[in-house]
Amino acid sequence: MTMKEQNYEMALDCFLLAGQIMMESGAETYRVEDTMLRMARSQDIEDAQSYVTPTGIILSLGRRQITKITSITNRITDLHKISLVNNISRKLTLKIITLDEAYDELLKIQKTNYFLPIHVQILTASIASSCFMVLFNGLWSDMPAAFVAGGVGYLAVTMVQEATKVKFFSEFFASLVVGIIAYLAVHFGLGTELDKIIVGSVMPLVPGVLITNAVRDLMAGHFTAGIAKGTEAFLTAFAIGSGIALVVAI
Amino acid sequence: MEYILQIIFSFIFTACFGVIFNAPTKAIPYCGIVGAIGWIVYYLINHIGVQEVQASFVGAFVVAIVAQIFARRFKMPMIIFNVSGIIPLVPGGIAYNTMRNIMELDYNLGIQNGMRAFMISGAVAMGLVFAEVITQLVMRTFNKGKTSMQSFARAKRRTQKFK
Repeated sequence: MTMKEQNYEMALDCFLLAGQIMMESGAETYRVEDTMLRMARSQDIEDAQSYVTPTGIILSLGRRQITKITSITNRITDLHKISLVNNISRKLTLKIITLDEAYDELLKIQKTNYFLPIHVQILTASIASSCFMVLFNGLWSDMPAAFVAGGVGYLAVTMVQEATKVKFFSEFFASLVVGIIAYLAVHFGLGTELDKIIVGSVMPLVPGVLITNAVRDLMAGHFTAGIAKGTEAFLTAFAIGSGIALVVAI
Repeated sequence: MEYILQIIFSFIFTACFGVIFNAPTKAIPYCGIVGAIGWIVYYLINHIGVQEVQASFVGAFVVAIVAQIFARRFKMPMIIFNVSGIIPLVPGGIAYNTMRNIMELDYNLGIQNGMRAFMISGAVAMGLVFAEVITQLVMRTFNKGKTSMQSFARAKRRTQKFK
């Protein structure tokens, strides 16, 4: 079976798109590399090579086709997209769907927004913040304050992120808002332990996933990716910390 | 009673993070189960006097094992289940205290808390990776009896259900 030249071009675009969607949705580096190479091997392209970093992907199909690069500018955590791309790669590898169908579906996935409505997300962020009180020996009476602060903090981070597109600033601003609400709650007697309320409310913003992914990438030998993700996690933690610190210092 | 309360609230806590990270809707309750199991293991071990670093390691190890089981069961990538499962173990509170100590110019306590946060997050990541490697080894010996064609056919039969 020999493929035509434009088929190789489409195959390259298809694999690269799969990698791009996964990386933008926060998948681990080794999974992205593995998925792209598996898809390539299923199309009888045995000598494909890839180089994956959190900011860009290089994929080559050997001598058949010129090498292509894609850059990755924004990274969020969207597990639904990762699982969808994973499904498509699995189906392509088992030859249940053809390359054309896979490419069409990937294009559709890239355009669609799979997130739940924003008010559901804010509600869950609030509930998560108040549950934190029980898990870490907080007071039950602090739960309403954490509920409000967590929800407003999450709303702030999404809104500012949409308006400015600067992650550092939106996280700084959100933790500032959380700090002010928590301080006011304690000041007016609606809460008791300032520290616990603040920690619970910033939990939805904390880069826990990034930290563990960074360490895992380092252990898997992807040092560039590990360092880059670690730096991103450090910046996020720094943004949250300085936002809170501003309130505490005043 | 205390333990039941912890289980319930860690379930809700983790499931909420499943929503925030946009896990597929049918996987969200299982995210909660993963988190609740990991947290209760951590909580019990920490209660009988083991240090928090070692307890975090064991907790993350259990999270990764349960996540592997669910990932194989539902044919989804493992990251869906373990990302929210480890959230209760991640040292958010200690990291916050570190930042606060440093802002209050108490550098000694800041470094102490910072090292604690670093050790715990390292232990969590180590637990995840170790569990993954060990399950892979077990699965490899488990699958040795079959030829690759047999396991390929089995995988194909399973995926056809999802069509």
